[in-house]
Amino acid sequence: MTLSLDPRTTPVAAAITGSGGSGAVTAGLILLDAVAHAGFYGLLSRSSGPQIRGGESAVMLRFGPTPVRCLGDRYDLLAALDWGNHGRFSDEIPLDRDSLILADPQAGEIPDAVLASGAAHRALGLRASAKERPGGRANMVAVGAVGALVGLPLAALLTGAERTLRRKGEGVVAAARACITAGFGSIDAHGAPSALLVDPGQRPRRWSINGNEAAGLGALRGGVRFVAAYPITPASEMLEWLAPRLERLGGALVQAEDELASINMIIGSAFGGVPSLTATSGPGLSLMMEGIGLAVASETPVVVADVMRGGPSTGIPTKSEQSDLDIALYGLHGDAPHLVLAALGIADCVLTLEWATRLAEHLQTAAIVLSDQSIGQSRAIIDPPPALSPPSSAGPGQGRRTAKAGADYHRYALTADGVSPMSLPGQAGCAYTADGLEHGPHGTPSSVAADHWAQLDKRRAKLEGFDFGHAWAEIDGDGPLCLVTWGSSRGAALEAAERLRAAGRPTRVIGLRLLAPLRRDALLGAIGEAEVLVIELNHGAQLFHYLHAQRALPPGARSLARPGPLPLRPAEIAAACDRGAAPVPSIRATPGRGR
Amino acid sequence: MDATVIPSLHAKAYKSDVKPVWCPGCGHFAVLSALTKTLAYLRVPTEDVAVISGIGCSSRLPAYLSGYGFHGVHGRALPLAAGLKAARPELTVIAAGGDGDGFSIGGNHFLHACRRNMDFTYIVMDNEVYGMTKGQASPTTQPDWAKSKLTPHGTGMRRFQPAAIALAAGASFIARGYAGDPSGLTHLLTQAIEHPGFAFVHVLSPCQTFRPEQKAWKQMVHPCALGPTHDAAHAAQLIQRDDGMALGVLYAVDLPVYACAGSRPGDDALERIEAELAL
Repeated sequence: MTLSLDPRTTPVAAAITGSGGSGAVTAGLILLDAVAHAGFYGLLSRSSGPQIRGGESAVMLRFGPTPVRCLGDRYDLLAALDWGNHGRFSDEIPLDRDSLILADPQAGEIPDAVLASGAAHRALGLRASAKERPGGRANMVAVGAVGALVGLPLAALLTGAERTLRRKGEGVVAAARACITAGFGSIDAHGAPSALLVDPGQRPRRWSINGNEAAGLGALRGGVRFVAAYPITPASEMLEWLAPRLERLGGALVQAEDELASINMIIGSAFGGVPSLTATSGPGLSLMMEGIGLAVASETPVVVADVMRGGPSTGIPTKSEQSDLDIALYGLHGDAPHLVLAALGIADCVLTLEWATRLAEHLQTAAIVLSDQSIGQSRAIIDPPPALSPPSSAGPGQGRRTAKAGADYHRYALTADGVSPMSLPGQAGCAYTADGLEHGPHGTPSSVAADHWAQLDKRRAKLEGFDFGHAWAEIDGDGPLCLVTWGSSRGAALEAAERLRAAGRPTRVIGLRLLAPLRRDALLGAIGEAEVLVIELNHGAQLFHYLHAQRALPPGARSLARPGPLPLRPAEIAAACDRGAAPVPSIRATPGRGR
Repeated sequence: MDATVIPSLHAKAYKSDVKPVWCPGCGHFAVLSALTKTLAYLRVPTEDVAVISGIGCSSRLPAYLSGYGFHGVHGRALPLAAGLKAARPELTVIAAGGDGDGFSIGGNHFLHACRRNMDFTYIVMDNEVYGMTKGQASPTTQPDWAKSKLTPHGTGMRRFQPAAIALAAGASFIARGYAGDPSGLTHLLTQAIEHPGFAFVHVLSPCQTFRPEQKAWKQMVHPCALGPTHDAAHAAQLIQRDDGMALGVLYAVDLPVYACAGSRPGDDALERIEAELAL
């Protein structure tokens, strides 16, 4: 059986699974590279068993003619290198009667649970073929066979292998090329003529990047030159990517002893004038709350990136969820308005981190930026992200408002826009002591009512009065149905909206990037008269309740909130729209009283 | 320092106009005074001084000096100072706090600051009590002190040993001073600031309000035994036999200082980093 797949018109999804040491991940990386060299966009995610090293793994790849924003509803092809612990991945790799399973007869029987999907199956002697070539490996035969089945050209597969395995030496590369060629050749009557999508000489060179790397790049673009951090899954790769690059740019990364040291170190470095960042996940963000409050109260700019995992508590470190919105918004004691942003996908991490850094610096406050495991640890082929464009008020060159030395410098002077000129240590004539204690304009601690009220007003007004421009959200399409979402869920929402439009239901998708301060009027304006469904990957409908509390939703707005660890799928979202009269969540929601 | 002569400032120039909240007779006044004399002696421009603290009576210090300061949250003076030093290595950075801030909630940062050996000074004003919160036991309080309602039978725990722990954690400079010996203290602070690396100065600074019996320290302090301060074995012996009242430099060695941002200019450009992402 062959699949009739044509990635030039429709995205194709393939998965490869195998036990520890079988090389599923390497196979996936080679295929992603091949996807890029054939001119396609792609998205690659991975999943593995709990073992520290060498556990079973799965790679999920989706690619096509346009940017791939989510993994879709189903897989066209599953290539199993073997069946060890395969049950772990069954929820993540949905198959159906139109899918094809490629399996090595030497690996044993296909499990009944897998066959129950109704997928067709085809035997391929991966090991037998590998044995015939010196140094041959079954996973490379699978690369060739999968490539042929999904419509990738052999040349792209071979280039992908060369690039991915170059470090392992010529022998390994040669063996891989031989196996890939053999696997490719073993598939006759390909589903579609494979061809390069676009002449590679003409297109702009695309990037292969994961969300954690993209976030690191955004931070560097925003001016971050100091990072202090404590390793934590799934954020550690952001730090590992940043460490050598900060050094190349004259900056530094310090591995701190814990998250409490991390947040306080970056407050210290920012006090000294260097834009600073830390990255963590839910448990670390919890630890940092007091420190973030200090940054807010002392008006010291910092950026805290939270790559969300399954929660609560230790939760599910290696899986994705969007359940840290509540703590990002409300985790500080006292009245402590601050910035909360969320990246809308892998490529968007670049823009969002750059913007967050520039905003934090200009507004002299803490910015919490939410990403998640599915963004951070998935790799995509993307167009190079554009630079943050003016007229965003906190664009390049804006930076911090600096102080001039003069008689009687007041660090926390009340100004028209709430942002006070900020001096830096080393600057003569305008020294001050920054304080977490409430203070007067001079900075001296004060418990006087007028001072407290004035400083609270200032710290709120500087955020709420700021012109954030158009980057507060990405808005696609228009229609009587409006999907409001954030973060990694936007990808599936966009795809659901495409299907709804095709079925005659014009749909708008609003992906929020700036969550606090909330652009309430702009959001209500973008919703207009549409029927709203708020979409998010958490159990408590956190975004829905936040927007509702802010009176930013029309009456009758509905919620689709499901926890991780599985990503929201376009079909789920489309089905929730079809259900029409699904009930409004009752626990905390009261019927809207209008705008 | 450049070739032009830096005008020498009077110690008074390092004091701000802010009136300390400390009780009359508090040991911390002497530490403030000694620090201003030290900075004057070293001719550090006031704008190049940054005093970083946590929470507690002694942590109110930064506002009482005329340079830059940061009054942070409880127990976190050391990482605040470390971050500032990493970003601005040319500044004279002084971390300060008390025995609770430094050895209880701040204990973990103390261990790692000793290990990290960044070039700044850490002054702990130890009065063996939590004064700001009105008189609870601290890690350096004697086990049988039963004057706090929280520990009416005493703490039940042996005392935290700052000098011993600093040595075990790898600190490169350990000294003990006493607020009642201001000229000795000034001399120690000068050595501490000049020391290349992390300099820990443990200052016995009596709390006249909650530990009035600490008046007796005057008779109990004594110079530490003389000997090669760079010798770890000698220091270990000194500290093992320490009655907690020995004053002076207990240990001082030159160890590699933690190198960070600013110590090396970057030689690359962001454009090149971005280009590496392209296929």
